[in-house]
Amino acid sequence: MPLRLERLENVSPLRHAMAPVVAALVTLVVGAVMFVALGHDPVHAFTIYFIEPLGDAYTLQELVVKASPLLLIGIGLSFCYRANRWNIGAEGQYVAGAVLGSWLALATHGTEAGPWVLPAMLVLGAVGGALWGLIPAFLRVRFGASEILTSLMLVYVAQLGLDYLVRGPWRDPAGFNFPQSVTFDDVALMPLLMEDGRLHGGIVIALLAVIAATFVLGRTLVGFSIELAGSAPRAAAFAGFDEKRVTYGVFAVSGALAGLAGIIEVAGPIGQLQPSISPGYGFTAIIAAMLGRLHPVGILVASLVLALTYIGGEAAQITMRLPFDVTRVFQGTLLIAILAADILVRYRIRRVEGTTHA
Amino acid sequence: MLDAAIIGAVLASVVAAATTLLLASLGELVAERAGTLNLGVEGMMIVGAAVGYVTAYGSGSLLLGTLAAVLAGMALSLVFAVLAIWLATNQVASGLATTILGLGLAGLIGASFVGTQLAGAPQLHIAGLTELPILGKALFGQDAFVYVSFLLLAAVTYTLARTRIGLVLRAVGENHAAAHALGHPVRGIRTLAVMFGGACAGLAGAHLSLAYTPFWAADMTAGRGWIALALVVFSAWRPLWLLGGAYLFGAVSILQLHVQGFGLGIPSQFLSALPYLATIIALVVISALKHGRGAPASLGVPFVPDR
Repeated sequence: MPLRLERLENVSPLRHAMAPVVAALVTLVVGAVMFVALGHDPVHAFTIYFIEPLGDAYTLQELVVKASPLLLIGIGLSFCYRANRWNIGAEGQYVAGAVLGSWLALATHGTEAGPWVLPAMLVLGAVGGALWGLIPAFLRVRFGASEILTSLMLVYVAQLGLDYLVRGPWRDPAGFNFPQSVTFDDVALMPLLMEDGRLHGGIVIALLAVIAATFVLGRTLVGFSIELAGSAPRAAAFAGFDEKRVTYGVFAVSGALAGLAGIIEVAGPIGQLQPSISPGYGFTAIIAAMLGRLHPVGILVASLVLALTYIGGEAAQITMRLPFDVTRVFQGTLLIAILAADILVRYRIRRVEGTTHA
Repeated sequence: MLDAAIIGAVLASVVAAATTLLLASLGELVAERAGTLNLGVEGMMIVGAAVGYVTAYGSGSLLLGTLAAVLAGMALSLVFAVLAIWLATNQVASGLATTILGLGLAGLIGASFVGTQLAGAPQLHIAGLTELPILGKALFGQDAFVYVSFLLLAAVTYTLARTRIGLVLRAVGENHAAAHALGHPVRGIRTLAVMFGGACAGLAGAHLSLAYTPFWAADMTAGRGWIALALVVFSAWRPLWLLGGAYLFGAVSILQLHVQGFGLGIPSQFLSALPYLATIIALVVISALKHGRGAPASLGVPFVPDR
């Protein structure tokens, strides 16, 4: 092999910080190739995709609205991934939270229930997501079943469960047979931050989660035990940290935050239950967590970037008739690029003279 | 109601459903026996389905479509191999990235073919045998993919157990440091194993879009790639056991469809969830019984020579 990776002794902070930037640039190059292949002028496409959404107040608000579920879920996932537990079923936990929280909204619909409804819904949403997330944790701890596969399978189960509810028992009887619930009462809806516009209270909750997670992960023993369980499980065991408790803990946290994101979305921008309540937030949040280097502030930035791909994708769908899959290609490429860039900044590729033995 | 003709048709469709799973899980088993966990099966399968369909639709040749699907699956597996094997990135994240990219690419490729249809792969007909009651159509009335899946199963079983290549591949998966010390190109072998997995996933996708349901629909793999991954665990990494697993899951997915057809009053969503629930139950049962035994010792651990 004439080429080999050589580990650098010291990676400068600048070099480390450059990785996501390089990854974004690589993604743009791949994107340009894709647009040309689809027969579009890449400059025009990029303008619609990434520049125009940043140009007016409505789409800027929309950007924040779309970033907040990614942020909440991504922060939860960072707890799992730091501990080397692979929860990839956040989409299902999001749905489970939305369903359990919505149950209260529907149960109190049309009654005189007071302003306690929304806070209670949020709690139920977090509980629903946490319970759904604890299933793969339990199956891993108790039986050794791969949490990767079980958490993913539960996504399909949760989506089918939601589908059943909105087509069956929870369907709005006055809804002309459309598969959707009644529109939630005002006490069950997220308050808007400004008189008009789209910004809602869920964004504040997401920002609070950033602060809380930064503190827990960076400053507490809990955060340290999570980190240690992931990077040095044997050392963690010797130090007396309970591996099972870490597993349950990180799945409960990530499930709860995903469930919270789900109920916020349903009680906020959507306002009712319907068969599809997510454009894949639970999966995109995996990329947000990775791109943000599993750090809450990094995930905040990454969520905004990924939200831009959603908004740009919608704009391109309307004005350029491009399929929404362009967004998925962007997101997949971005994840691939960040994985590669994260390694490549720590190594350099060198030509090895003489030896051909690999 | 349940006469021989219906049972025969059900059995034949079980075989068809199982073939997709068997093909994809065979490839993943080889990749995993060499030590690489590729969670990109779903993505490689759907890219195979899309490329295979588009090529067959354009050229009118199912064979060309199948070839293109195999190549497409391999191409995507190379993306994964560069990341996970040569850059030693996290295998779980790299596999997920492969799946996300594959789903997007497949959607783009197939976008303008939604609503079209193909004739579908021809089915074998042997006068006398295919008309046999009950088992005739299941055994002697299938398309070429089914028979290829059996040939591949035999080839993989034999190669892994009885040949030098198989021995080296297993050594790389069990103890990559020792294999490296013996002079085997660990990463090269893993790359080839992953590419074989990509080819099989592409073939499974072609079976889906060219034979089983000969049309293109977005996300038509519907988690089959993930079920194939679970089947490898279920088989405890033994190829012959994949046969049982794939047919068991084929049976579950077909039977739930027929129960839906009978309209027994069970909500269709509950029945549709059965294959996924069955996957979870199978994983739990096999994990509880084996608890980690059977997995290649170096599975999921990247190999970096100078570390």
